[in-house]
Amino acid sequence: MPAASNRRNIVGVKAETVTNVSSTDFPGHWPGEDHSWNIKHFRRTFRVKFFRNTPLFSQFDLIHTDAAIANTLRRIMIAEVPTLAIESVYVSNNTSIIQDEVLAHRLGLIPLCGDKDALKGLSWYLRGEDSAPREPTDEDTVVLYLKKACERNPDAKKTDTDPDKLYINHNVYASDILFEPAGRQIKSFAHDPVRAANPDILIAKLRPGQEIDLTMHCIKGIGQDHAKFSPVATASYRLLPDIKIKKPIRGKAAERFAACFPKGVIAIRERKDGEKEAVVDNVRNDTVSREVLRHDEFKGIVELGRVRDHFIFSVESTGQFDADEIFLSAVGTLKAKTINLKRDIYKMLRKQALDARRAREAENPDADEEGDAMDTQ
Amino acid sequence: MTVRHPGGSASFEILGEDHTLGNALRYIIMKNPEVEFCGYSIPHPSEEKMNIRIQIYPEYWEHTKPYDALMKGLDDLADLCDHITHAFKEARDNFVEPGDNSEQR
Repeated sequence: MPAASNRRNIVGVKAETVTNVSSTDFPGHWPGEDHSWNIKHFRRTFRVKFFRNTPLFSQFDLIHTDAAIANTLRRIMIAEVPTLAIESVYVSNNTSIIQDEVLAHRLGLIPLCGDKDALKGLSWYLRGEDSAPREPTDEDTVVLYLKKACERNPDAKKTDTDPDKLYINHNVYASDILFEPAGRQIKSFAHDPVRAANPDILIAKLRPGQEIDLTMHCIKGIGQDHAKFSPVATASYRLLPDIKIKKPIRGKAAERFAACFPKGVIAIRERKDGEKEAVVDNVRNDTVSREVLRHDEFKGIVELGRVRDHFIFSVESTGQFDADEIFLSAVGTLKAKTINLKRDIYKMLRKQALDARRAREAENPDADEEGDAMDTQ
Repeated sequence: MTVRHPGGSASFEILGEDHTLGNALRYIIMKNPEVEFCGYSIPHPSEEKMNIRIQIYPEYWEHTKPYDALMKGLDDLADLCDHITHAFKEARDNFVEPGDNSEQR
């Protein structure tokens, strides 16, 4: 690649402006260069690199793709990967100070977990006509119960002031939510029942005589409908920072230079002649704060930027699915979208062809249609 | 301004889609060398509608219609998804979690 094109994928970060923002890898943009879509080229250049992969958190790089693709996948992870969440709460008794509707909202936001395959196997709960509730089944609805009543602790000392000693069951936690499997759920969730992903979420506080007793129906949904269905706590990407030192920075200036960046970004190496020199060590740690651009002594010596086709993804799961699985589901969802849209276009083209033929026939009516035309006159 | 051949350009109204598919589709259709212009818009945020416009270079009108470019874009996007899945799984399966001393976010 020529030297000029090496800087082509760098977004310039200047003191007051950001330059070279848009990608230009389209046919017809650069004379004599072929930028048309080529899956072989994509297979050769596209890279994925993992940095962390735990069930709840993944960090990985997508290299040599466009922001359009990276952003689409990020958006799908947040808004279109389905999860199970509490949708309806049927309150039998709630004498706590937290109101029914507030309690229901709090319950809805609790992330659930359970057997992953069984969760994926659940079907959509579709409302009937006029969005009237439909009879739930074991295929589309998971039923949970929560029942807790607070009372005085008979063993408490008179001098006690700590609620933990004075009362029994005064805290309602997410771990108190119990699963009631129905039908085939008894088998599919046998080893891994539906429960709160984080058992220590405090739902409500009670005092002696107060009680919460309710039934919850959980259904599958997507984040587009309500944030409680979003499988991720955060799914974000940033571009890889780029620091270019144009002239060697040596001696005391090297230390001042390193101090402009977060730890680990700039290393100070000792040269053969014993002088210190600043070199770029780990750009991933940089926050691109532009602090270095405020110092006159480094003016024109350093260029900051970001690599436009290098995306550092961070995906944090809420606990229902593993973070890497959520990304794969997002890619699968995007592919499903293309297939569904293609099917709809075929349908549209067939209808258009049919309409065109009808219109032609109306213009040159044969004997039968002439009779009809006479009637309407 | 020239009058366009009616078969050389078209706008498609896609219901129930937004920027998620719109921008990805725009990118991949713009990668098609027969396409002179491709853009998408969401006319109003309250309406679940996404409009995508495609114009074909006049020299390709004979054998390429805008919906052909749209179909090709969808196919290319599906290929891209397949390869991302493949590359992602490969990288994940070969990845060894480093010691917990390098927390990089």
